[in-house]
Amino acid sequence: MKSLKIIGLALGASFALSASAFAQDITIAVAGPMTGGESAFGRQMQNGAEQAVADINAAGGVLGKKLALQSNDDACDPKQARSIAEKIGSAKIPFVAGHFCSSSSIPASEAYADSNVLQITPASTNPLFTERNLWNVARVCGRDDQQGIIAANYIAKAFKGKNIAILNDKTTYGKGLADETKKSLNKAGITEKVNESYNKGDKDFNAIVSRLKNEKIDLVYVGGYHQESGLILRQMRDQGLQAVLMAGDALNDKEFASIAGPAAEGTLFTFGPDPRNKPTAKAIVEKFKAKSIDPEGYTLYTYAAIQVWTQAAAKAGTTDAKKVMATIKAGDWDTVLGKMGFDAKGDIKAIDYVVYKWDAKGNYTQIDQKGS
Amino acid sequence: MDYFAQQLINGLVLGSIYGLIAIGYTMVYGIVGMINFAHGDIFMIGGFIALITFLILVSLGLTAIPVILLIVLLVSMAITALYGWTIERIAYRPLRHSFRLAPMLSAIGMSFVLTNFSQVSQGARVKPVPPIITGGYTLHEGASGFAVQLSNIQIVVVITTVVLLAMFTWIVSRTRLGRDMRACEQDQTMASLLGVDVDRTISMTFVIGAALAAVAGMMYLLYYGLVDFFMGFVAGIKAFTAAVLGGIGSLPGAMLGGLSIGLIETMWSAYFSVEYKDVAAFSILIVVLIFMPTGLLGRPTVEKV
Repeated sequence: MKSLKIIGLALGASFALSASAFAQDITIAVAGPMTGGESAFGRQMQNGAEQAVADINAAGGVLGKKLALQSNDDACDPKQARSIAEKIGSAKIPFVAGHFCSSSSIPASEAYADSNVLQITPASTNPLFTERNLWNVARVCGRDDQQGIIAANYIAKAFKGKNIAILNDKTTYGKGLADETKKSLNKAGITEKVNESYNKGDKDFNAIVSRLKNEKIDLVYVGGYHQESGLILRQMRDQGLQAVLMAGDALNDKEFASIAGPAAEGTLFTFGPDPRNKPTAKAIVEKFKAKSIDPEGYTLYTYAAIQVWTQAAAKAGTTDAKKVMATIKAGDWDTVLGKMGFDAKGDIKAIDYVVYKWDAKGNYTQIDQKGS
Repeated sequence: MDYFAQQLINGLVLGSIYGLIAIGYTMVYGIVGMINFAHGDIFMIGGFIALITFLILVSLGLTAIPVILLIVLLVSMAITALYGWTIERIAYRPLRHSFRLAPMLSAIGMSFVLTNFSQVSQGARVKPVPPIITGGYTLHEGASGFAVQLSNIQIVVVITTVVLLAMFTWIVSRTRLGRDMRACEQDQTMASLLGVDVDRTISMTFVIGAALAAVAGMMYLLYYGLVDFFMGFVAGIKAFTAAVLGGIGSLPGAMLGGLSIGLIETMWSAYFSVEYKDVAAFSILIVVLIFMPTGLLGRPTVEKV
């Protein structure tokens, strides 16, 4: 009996301890594909979020408290994203940086809205994310309707009179982006010769590739992720088709080059101007390099999302999601990506996509977007 | 015509890989009467072991590609066979005389164990390799400028499949082990009364099935250039379908089923829409099963009393 009491006391004490530890920290969440085909991007987000939280805590935290980071894996699965959103909501976490795939961000955002969680996505570019009049969403990246226009303009100039094919992977992101690009291309008077979709996760694209070969395609625009794009490219070269592949921002990870192999050379994609080259990012990029992490792709975007929230929470003097969101939309924020302001929907005001090209060494560099 | 020939090549190579995996399903079903749902994941394990062996050999400084491939083939067959043997020993044998669904549930469980094991031990990312077997032949270049291309890796996949299938048919029809297997298939009790070591024969069946899956895994790695922990699921479903289509329990049936599924998928993608290739493959499966319930080459099952 006595021992039971002692156990009870110990338990009580440990609860009290953990409760007080909880009270000292503000827990924020990062959510993305930590496993599965898109895990390369989940890792980018995780790296960015960890560094942001460490830097903010080193500078004294926010509202007099330290930040604690909780990491969530949605594997780019909408169902899993939704259940994560409910978990985060019931844990009363005020802010989530996530998700990566648009097909995860969109269903999750509704659950976040219901449970008072502010959501800033570093990477989901589907227009629908901010088009549903939800009060709690914002993004620090661009939108596919803007990305599609840049891609279409480039194609119209650099591939004038050539045969174009458009493929998409049927996901919210991939199909959305392919449709936007197709719309802009058609407006410019260019009609694609092939328009097909495949399943995300497919490995064998030989049948599609033969079809592209039969239609003498010069440029394949892919609305999809890097794994399938890499395989399509590899199988194109195996069948002797020398067409150029162009895709969206999902090609901004080095993993693409290791999947596609030497075939990656010459591949094009659209993405924001390289965040690593911005003057505001210099010091932070050095910190990543010291840890031998290349802060490519969405790493710094995730960093910026957390910065925006922290600064707005400090200014609003609370972590209450509604007040912080009102503050975010009212002001301009100093982030690693430069000054950033948001419109009423939650999109950033200044967006500029540019075209990148992969080289033979497995690196990508920005090329002149005028196509000259 | 050239276009058709190219798609035919695509379909045959894809079908060969399905067929190699399907043989493992059909063999186990033929002898134990259970569907080994973990077989797709054994195929995945085979792919990973091939990748790991390849990387070790390259880091040791070996450069002769044929030697590397041979060692990779043997090592991955041996280790994957060990997996097959172990799984049978710990997950299926204790349940063999239990009710019919028990080994099937334990097979599904085993499939999860293998998937999660490789996810945790190897990481969740895809594991790419640079192209190892490169180059190819232009078979025919038509007036339209469409060149029919046959790559070296495609030749390797098809030849490996044909050789393995021949070897395997020989084992089943000509060797002592094959005779024991056929005896166990017909009647396990009678076979054991006549001096056949049933446990050993069943173990060997799993060992051979796993070794074939390892070959398929290695071909997959060479052909598509990557492996991931989840690839066993889809490939397993397709191969299982191929085994059923060909007539489960029949070896040539598994190969024929694999080729049919590969060809249907490819031809559908070639002439209709890529979107519906899986729908097409499975619709044809249903139609075949309505008119030929035992599959293309299956024998009608006789209820044993």
